[in-house]
Parts: sequence; structure tokens; C-alpha cells
Amino acid sequence: MSDLTVPALPTVRERPLDPPDEVARLRQQGGVHRMTYADGHVGWLVTGYSAARAVLADSRFSNRPENMHPPIPGRFAAGKELRERGFQTPPGFFLRTDPPEHTRYRKLLTGQFTVRRMKLLEPRIEEITASALDALEAAGPPADLVQDFALPIPSLVICELLGVPYEDRARFQDDSKILVNLETGAEEAIAAIGRVFAYLHDLIGRKREHPADDLISGLIEGGELKDDELAGVSFLLLVAGHETTANMLALGTYTLLTNPGQLAVMRGDPGAVENAVEELLRYLTIVHLGPIRTAIEDVEIDGHLVRAGESVTLHLPAANRDPDRFPGGDTLDLTRPAGGHLSFGHGIHQCLGQQLARVEMRIAYPALLRRLPGLRLAVPPEEVPMRSDMSIYGVHRLPVTW
Amino acid sequence: MRINADTSVCIGAGMCALTVPKVFDQSEEDGTVVLLQKEPPAELDEAVRRAVNLCPSGAISIA
Ligand code: HEM
Ligand code: SF4
Repeated sequence: MSDLTVPALPTVRERPLDPPDEVARLRQQGGVHRMTYADGHVGWLVTGYSAARAVLADSRFSNRPENMHPPIPGRFAAGKELRERGFQTPPGFFLRTDPPEHTRYRKLLTGQFTVRRMKLLEPRIEEITASALDALEAAGPPADLVQDFALPIPSLVICELLGVPYEDRARFQDDSKILVNLETGAEEAIAAIGRVFAYLHDLIGRKREHPADDLISGLIEGGELKDDELAGVSFLLLVAGHETTANMLALGTYTLLTNPGQLAVMRGDPGAVENAVEELLRYLTIVHLGPIRTAIEDVEIDGHLVRAGESVTLHLPAANRDPDRFPGGDTLDLTRPAGGHLSFGHGIHQCLGQQLARVEMRIAYPALLRRLPGLRLAVPPEEVPMRSDMSIYGVHRLPVTW
Repeated sequence: MRINADTSVCIGAGMCALTVPKVFDQSEEDGTVVLLQKEPPAELDEAVRRAVNLCPSGAISIA
């Protein structure tokens, strides 16, 4: 290990699909590093797989926003500024809570996201995928794979699951984009959150009067949550359901189209798809800045003493390529056993929607490649705009032809 | 091997049910782990070990 403090979180990628070289270099030196945060706090950066797993599984680390220091300026620092001005994370936004609060919300929802429940959604997701492909074919060639395929599928799926009318998407899609943009300032974030919450409160009111067979109506009926908690839970599910799978679908397609050998694996054998999806999740690790946790007691991680109050940034893309856990991990290999990656996190906050995301990807990638055997990029790969400015990585647009 | 499951720790992530559906299921109510067999046959040992390692919350263990 080195005793030097990393002066700032490296964020510039030399190659679009690899974490910054500087982060990989740090990982070679060790899994745990001191790092200066955007507000001057001297905290930690974790680049190693086993250390990242250990932190995420340890209940002595908090996920509450008021304990967190911002690793980079912009959106994260704006969050801190907002809290200092008295703005509180909405109740029900359980990603940023600790037990027992977290447990209460999570237990109300996990029954809705079981492996079995998600399997029952398969026929409907196949239908949605087929109609997205019809629309894509009607729009092109060429077409933008993000707007005509990658976004509509998970968007429609999460809307149906929650019971949010898809026609209303203009009322939250743009705002959810603003909220994952790393450059969004405090004022802009307050305004976006305000608009989405106004919409959700309105929706919850309507559902109280006319319940239907959907998740939000079910939560209302359960009677456990107050309206502002319901809005917070719905907000988290809506944003998380939109900004994640959509980016995996588009970035994954970009990755396959620029790796013909791996594209052949995904195309060749339906039995290879499950593992191929895990490897794409590992290799691409779209949650590329965070999670962030803060110690509430002194904790020793990999021989380093993290003191109470210090923040730790987990670099999931670096951890997922740790050669100790995934030898040769800088190479995409759709046949490697990729299970155990940290792309959905680890510990009590591990992604609630992961089984849904898996079903969506296992259906959508092969369906796309089957329908459009001649699918290719419509521009040189270096002209595809990458989402370096967003907290969820991906491509802004993916011009394709066939 | 003998499996123990602690539903008070389980967060319903479903990695167990995804990995060894013959041994693990999830409750319809709150998604927590349901053990279908407490002492599965030896040919499932390796898969069960994989599930224990994948479980994010430490809710399942083997003895
Ligand atoms: C490929 C797609 C996805 C990826 C890569 C992903 C990634 C993640 C990660 C890394 C976390 C943990 C964050 C942390 O520990 O701080 C998380 C949590 C979460 N995700 Fe996902 N996610 C995906 C899809 C989804 C979908 C489709 C939903 C919709 C239901 C969803 C809902 C959630 C929720 C509600 C949490 C918070 C869980 C908690 O705090 O207990 N995710 N996700
Ligand atoms: S993998 Fe662990 S946390 Fe997830 S359902 Fe199974 S026992 Fe519970």
C-alpha cells in the first residue's frame, strides 16, 4: 500500500469501457486508499473486491446522507449543500436509510420482487420487447437505440409494475435524468424533486380513489405507509427502474457491436445468455461513482483503521476487475463464471430490482439480435457520446443501422 | 450438509432462489428465504456453497 493520500477521485476514463487508469493503478497497490473529498474531508477510496464487499456487508457503515461527504463536486456536493439548508431526504427513499428504518421499507417490497414474481412477468416483458422492436424497425434504419429500444422497455415495465400511466412519462423522465446528472446544482435538484413529488402525490391521491392491481395500490391498501412515504418509495423505484436497465441495454449493445467475437457468443447459444448477462454486468459496472458509506464506529478494513465519521467511496468498476477475484478481468469474456460481481452492490442495500433487471436483459439482448441480424453502429465507435457526466454510466445516444 | 436460514437477517435479494431453486425459495409475503430442504443431497453441495457466498446479507449458512 501507499501512504499517499489520493488528492481527488479520478473520473476521466482513457477508454470508454475501462475505469480510469489511475484507479486501476491504485488497485494494483492495494484495495484501500486515503482520499481527499470535494469538501476537504480526508476519507477513503476502496478499489479492491474483498475490501469493497467487506464494507458493504458491515453494519457499522451508514448509508444516511447526512453522514456522507461528497467524493466529487457537483451533484454530490449539491446534496450536502441542500442538507445544510435544511432540505431533508424524502421519507421512504430507503436507499439512503439504515436499519431499522431500512428494514421496515424493504420488507414491505421484497415480496413483490422475488425471483418467482419476476419469472411471471416474462411473457409480458417479451411482448413489450417485441413491440419496442416493431417501433425500432418502423423508425429506421438508422435509429437511436436508446430512445427506440433501451429506454422504452424498462420504462414501460416499471410503469406497469408500479401502476404509473406510461402516458405520464414526460412528467418524470426528464427530471429523473436531471437527478442522475453529476453536474446538477442544488436549485435545479430541488425543482426536479419537487415536480416529481407533486406528480406522485397527485397519482397516489387518484389511486386511493380508484385502486388497481399494481404495486402502489397494494402499498396503499396495506396501510403501513403514509402518503409522503409512499411518494418516496415510488420515487426511488421509478428512478431506479428507469436509469439502470436502460443503460445496461444500450451500453451492452454498444459493447457487443464493438466486440464481434463476443457478439457471436451472445448470438450463438441461448444457453449462454444467462452468464453473458452477468459478465456484461460485471465488465460494464454502470454504477460507476459510489456507493458511498460512512463509518459510525471505528472499523478496521484490510488492516486500515477507518475512524467514525469518515466516508468511504466504493469503486465498483475497479473492484469488479480485481484480478484476485476475476483473473484477466479487463477482458470481456461472456463465458467466464461472472457470478459474485458487485454490480448490484452487496449487503442489505443490494439491488431490490436485480431479478427484474436480469429478466429484462435476458429477454431483450437476444430478441434484438434475432430481429436485426445485420445490426451495427451507424457512426464510428468514438463518436458515440458516453455518459461520463451521469452517476449511472452508459451512452447518451446509440445511432445504429441494420 | 445442513442449511440454516435466518429470515430476520434476510433482505429478500433472491440470490439463493436464483442459484439453487431446488433448495431455496422466497416467501410470497415478504420475499425472505424459504428452505425447501434443510439437508439437500450431496450433489447440490457445491451449488449451495455458491448460494451462501452470493447471499448479500449472510442470512444462510451451512453446518
Ligand atoms: C442493471 C440494472 C441495475 C443496476 C446495475 C442496479 C444497481 C444497484 C446498486 C449498485 C444498488 C446498491 C446501491 C447502494 O448500495 O448504495 C441498487 C439498489 C437499488 N436498486 Fe438497483 N440496479 C439496477 C436495476 C434496478 C431496477 C430495475 C430497479 C427497480 C425496481 C432497482 C431498484 C433498486 C432499489 C429500490 C435499490 C435500493 C435498495 C436498498 O437500499 O435496499 N434497480 N441498485
Ligand atoms: S440470497 Fe440471502 S438475502 Fe437473498 S433471499 Fe436468499 S437468504 Fe435472503
